[in-house]
Amino acid sequence: MDKFEKLTGVVAGIDRPNIDTDAIIPKQYLKSIKRSGFGPTLFDDWRYLEPGEPGGDHAKRRINPDFVLNQKPYDQAKILITRENFGCGSSREHAVWALMDFGLKVVIAPSFADIFHNNSFKTGLLPISLTADQVEQLFLELNQHVDSSSGYSLTIDLAAQAVITPAGVRMSFDINEFRKHCLLEGLDDIGLTMQHAEQIKAFESQYYSKAPWLL
Amino acid sequence: MMSAQTLYDKIWAMHEVRPDIEGSGLIYIDRHLVHEVTSPQAFEGLQLAGRDLWRKESIVAVPDHNTPTIGLEFGITDPVARLQVETLDKNCDTHQLIEFKIGDERRGIVHVIGPEQGATLPGMTVVCGDSHTSTHGAFAALAFGIGTSEVEHVMATQCLIQGKSKNMRITVDGAVADGITAKDIVLRIIGEIGTAGGNGYTIEFAGDAITSLSMEGRMTVCNMTIEGGARAGLIGCDQTTIDYVKGRPFSPTGENWNKAVEYWQDLHSDDGAVFDREIHIDGASIEPQVTWGTSPEMVVAVSQLVPDPASETDLVKSGGMQKALEYMGLKANMAFKDVMLDKVFIGSCTNSRIEDMRAAAAVAKGRQVADTIMVAMVVPGSGLVKKQAEAEGLDKIFIDAGFEWREPGCSMCLAMNADRLDPGERCASTSNRNFEGRQGQGGRTHLVSPAMAAAAAVTGHFIDVRKLT
Ligand code: SF4
Repeated sequence: MDKFEKLTGVVAGIDRPNIDTDAIIPKQYLKSIKRSGFGPTLFDDWRYLEPGEPGGDHAKRRINPDFVLNQKPYDQAKILITRENFGCGSSREHAVWALMDFGLKVVIAPSFADIFHNNSFKTGLLPISLTADQVEQLFLELNQHVDSSSGYSLTIDLAAQAVITPAGVRMSFDINEFRKHCLLEGLDDIGLTMQHAEQIKAFESQYYSKAPWLL
Repeated sequence: MMSAQTLYDKIWAMHEVRPDIEGSGLIYIDRHLVHEVTSPQAFEGLQLAGRDLWRKESIVAVPDHNTPTIGLEFGITDPVARLQVETLDKNCDTHQLIEFKIGDERRGIVHVIGPEQGATLPGMTVVCGDSHTSTHGAFAALAFGIGTSEVEHVMATQCLIQGKSKNMRITVDGAVADGITAKDIVLRIIGEIGTAGGNGYTIEFAGDAITSLSMEGRMTVCNMTIEGGARAGLIGCDQTTIDYVKGRPFSPTGENWNKAVEYWQDLHSDDGAVFDREIHIDGASIEPQVTWGTSPEMVVAVSQLVPDPASETDLVKSGGMQKALEYMGLKANMAFKDVMLDKVFIGSCTNSRIEDMRAAAAVAKGRQVADTIMVAMVVPGSGLVKKQAEAEGLDKIFIDAGFEWREPGCSMCLAMNADRLDPGERCASTSNRNFEGRQGQGGRTHLVSPAMAAAAAVTGHFIDVRKLT
């Protein structure tokens, strides 16, 4: 996993609550046995005017010009803002892979579904929860920039746990220390857990002596 | 004396390998269920890192999401889906894992076969790369869905790094009326708490209406916990649980059985245990439910009208309702009897067990699927459910009534195979998600119980199944 560096990037907004993982990456693409290549089919049903199939040439499909990620400069967005309960629904990590593969590094919302939130950290996507009022404020500012060719940008400083607006307003956010550390250092969870292998074995021997039917 | 603990706290404590990894615990996983869609990248990750599996016996694998429900004798014709199933077979063979392959009568939807085989036992931690793993909480097991990176993590270490969630208890007091099923109970609960209501919680279901359910019904309730935003749902262990588990292929026997049963007796929340949030619902007030929108929380009793966004004061909410009505092709204040259906789907890990088959067959018996219904499909949850249903003659009832009787799998629950809705088609479905496009792009899903789905099939529209004459 890459280290999560401080970044400044274009913000795209999708003003909807409860965006589910079926919307983020429709099921037909889950047939892939790979981790990459999901970017062109991110939000597929909203992004294209005709259905797509896995393995197809998505560049040839008719795009929906009204969908934000099809418009400049949002096609280069690094940050997505949206409403509450983002990522609800299935456990598919493909949703995170698709967001990352598109180029997004941060999603800002008032709240996230638990599994999606968990999955994000495993791949290096940063989910930031701000208050509903702060998100509303960001949407207002974003909407004031709709006519600007360079769009609206935010700076994300994970080390300082802050979202910084172009006017210099800092919105701080909470994050679990361990997850923050893993993101900043680009650490692999499995490697970290393996360091406790002896402890896992010790746990197993006492556990199975108490619950022998599980052996 | 130890202070009173919730069931969740007890199971957590039993599985905690390291109490505190900077705000999270390292917990031990007893059972790992694996299917074809969320595992290939995990196996590949292990291979790339040169890691082996920690405890192969903990894994039970099955292809279910992508598998066809007809013509299986000809194999999987979709080459992309076939590759995924073959990849699972190959991975399981390489690592010598237990897998119920295509052709094995024990094959079926992962959340149906786990309990059916006794691979899910009380007090276990159960994970699977699938959000409906919450189903197994019906057995007083801590069961939740994980992403592919976590699938790989469990394969390599038998553990997961997890933040501990808060405790919520939902008590459904008193008895439900005749004809009210587990599905109606859980849909009503989701309507009450909302799809994000359980975020950050493990939910324990309690109360007479819950404990009087069969294991099948309890699984239906826990299955949809994730639709209320909680990763895990739990129901305390009692005699119903133990009777169900007894004698199944993976269940303990002999002396181990006695030890296990003794241990399982404690798998309930202690009197006086404190929950962070408590919700009470009056069982007697629950009517047959039907969803009208594109989120499971958009649900009402079938006797009510399709809700009107104009009556919602919260602007974000009313906008969401408006969008949902447009997608669903419905008008505010319509009666459900005027909502005409194109297809009916009875199946999925929510409602494809033998009881669900019986409930739907009881309604279908002696009746005919309405002419306006293009397809009414019954997809049993496993080969063994199918066999049992056929032994009881249910297949014949369905076929005589004009239903299709299919091979087990996820089928039209998520429409990864050929079973799907076409744009604009409307379906009464016993599955768990009515998201946009869930059952096929542009498809319109209404979630209901098996009895309600069968009633919809024979009338062509929604109707309170208790009024069917
Ligand atoms: S039946 Fe539906 S919800 Fe259940 S595991 Fe299969 S796809 Fe998922």
